Amino acid sequence: MTAPRAARRVGVLALQGDVREHSAALTQVGAVPVPVRREQDLAGLDGIVVPGGESTTIGRLLTVFDLLEPLREALRGGLPAYGSCAGMILLADEVVDGTPGQPTLGGLDVSVRRNAFGRQVDSFEAELDLVGLPEPVHAVFIRAPWIERLGEGVQVLAREPGGHPVAIRQGALLATSFHPELTGDARVHELFVKGLH
Amino acid sequence: MSADNAPASTVQGTDRVKRGMAEMLKGGVIMDVVTPEQARIAEDAGAVAVMALERVPADIRRDGGVARMSDPDMIDGIQAEVSIPVMAKARIGHFVEAQVLQAIGVDYVDESEVLTPADYAHHIDKRRFTVPFVCGATNLGEALRRISEGAAMIRSKGEAGTGDVSQATTHIRTILGEIKRLTVMDETELYEAAKLMSAPIDLVRETAELGRLPVVLFTAGGVATPADAAMMMQLGADGVFIGSGIFKSGDPAQRARACVEATASFQDAERIAKVSRGLGEAMVGIAADKLGAGDLLATRGW
Repeated sequence: MTAPRAARRVGVLALQGDVREHSAALTQVGAVPVPVRREQDLAGLDGIVVPGGESTTIGRLLTVFDLLEPLREALRGGLPAYGSCAGMILLADEVVDGTPGQPTLGGLDVSVRRNAFGRQVDSFEAELDLVGLPEPVHAVFIRAPWIERLGEGVQVLAREPGGHPVAIRQGALLATSFHPELTGDARVHELFVKGLH
Repeated sequence: MSADNAPASTVQGTDRVKRGMAEMLKGGVIMDVVTPEQARIAEDAGAVAVMALERVPADIRRDGGVARMSDPDMIDGIQAEVSIPVMAKARIGHFVEAQVLQAIGVDYVDESEVLTPADYAHHIDKRRFTVPFVCGATNLGEALRRISEGAAMIRSKGEAGTGDVSQATTHIRTILGEIKRLTVMDETELYEAAKLMSAPIDLVRETAELGRLPVVLFTAGGVATPADAAMMMQLGADGVFIGSGIFKSGDPAQRARACVEATASFQDAERIAKVSRGLGEAMVGIAADKLGAGDLLATRGW
């Protein structure tokens, strides 16, 4: 154990999606979740979570609420971020089949495919091994994306049963195709929060 | 990939996957659309999903006759146009319409009172399906009965196709008020409440412990303006369905964007004011209290 330190303040982008579940998971691992809806909410954060939701909706609201550029700037400046599902899409540099002009935050040198597994009837749960966790995670995939192109410096933490990367890390950015926030198992959030400094 | 060729270690159609899908829609607007062009407008405006149907509720009301599931060709056209989830309606109790909708790959089935009921005693046994269902409710007992049948999402019913938000207000207030009362009941009282609501005790207990439904709760039926949408959110809805309100108005694209922004920033009156400007004509509407008992849709469902 290292010396005790103040609880990490972790923003949760609160424009649309499962903000409540991510906030609960962060609380579970001792962080303080801070809803982020406008630029001034970014001040003083140790990290930020981009939640699950509809990536096209969140992307549009980022633009309308004048958050896209400030958040991009913060990420370029080293603000650690964790994105699940839609959050992974928004953190990717390239979206393979996005809607025309779909804005992303970027930062992860990857190409991500939206709804890669198919429609909702193809959504599924599976046990996955994840680098850094001794026991497998129970992963919930909902109209989930996967990674099709990996840039240099991107570490694959987990792959889906078909072999595509579904959990990745690059520098201060972490992303999963699946939704640990829906399972009550906060180990992925713990992994993220532990890495904050 | 379908259920037949999924990897052996995976499982589909679980409660968690069905309910989780609705969690991803929270804070969003789901819009009724009747053409691929309208679906495109909805997606571009930031809708979290679209409901594909042949006629919006206002037209179903005007035309009369039997309202049924949409033509699969029409739903296909909308699925091809947009990347956001596509929902579609089946008649209450019409389990084969629901089977068809699952077969063509809709993302959510709405077992809806807006269509003419196919069964006046039974709802669909929704647990038998891989596709998740959303159902309407006017009170907590109705909501919990639908969840016990397998509904993975609830929407308060309101009175569809009127543009009058009063019934939506009544229903969301009723559901949330009844939940609030459950949270202060002891075990003995919960049994009595379950009996009175004709709802399973385990769901009643779970709801009391959570202080909310165990599934996502949206509002529907009569929402026509950004202020209506924000009001539903302030009352405690997780999100909003807008049926006739957008494409029966003067400038659907602008109204759609305005409703999305107002829903996302529902506590910010200045922003709601800003997006409410210059929207053109809202849908004309019918006051719900001018409808005869036979014209009410919310009373369908049992």
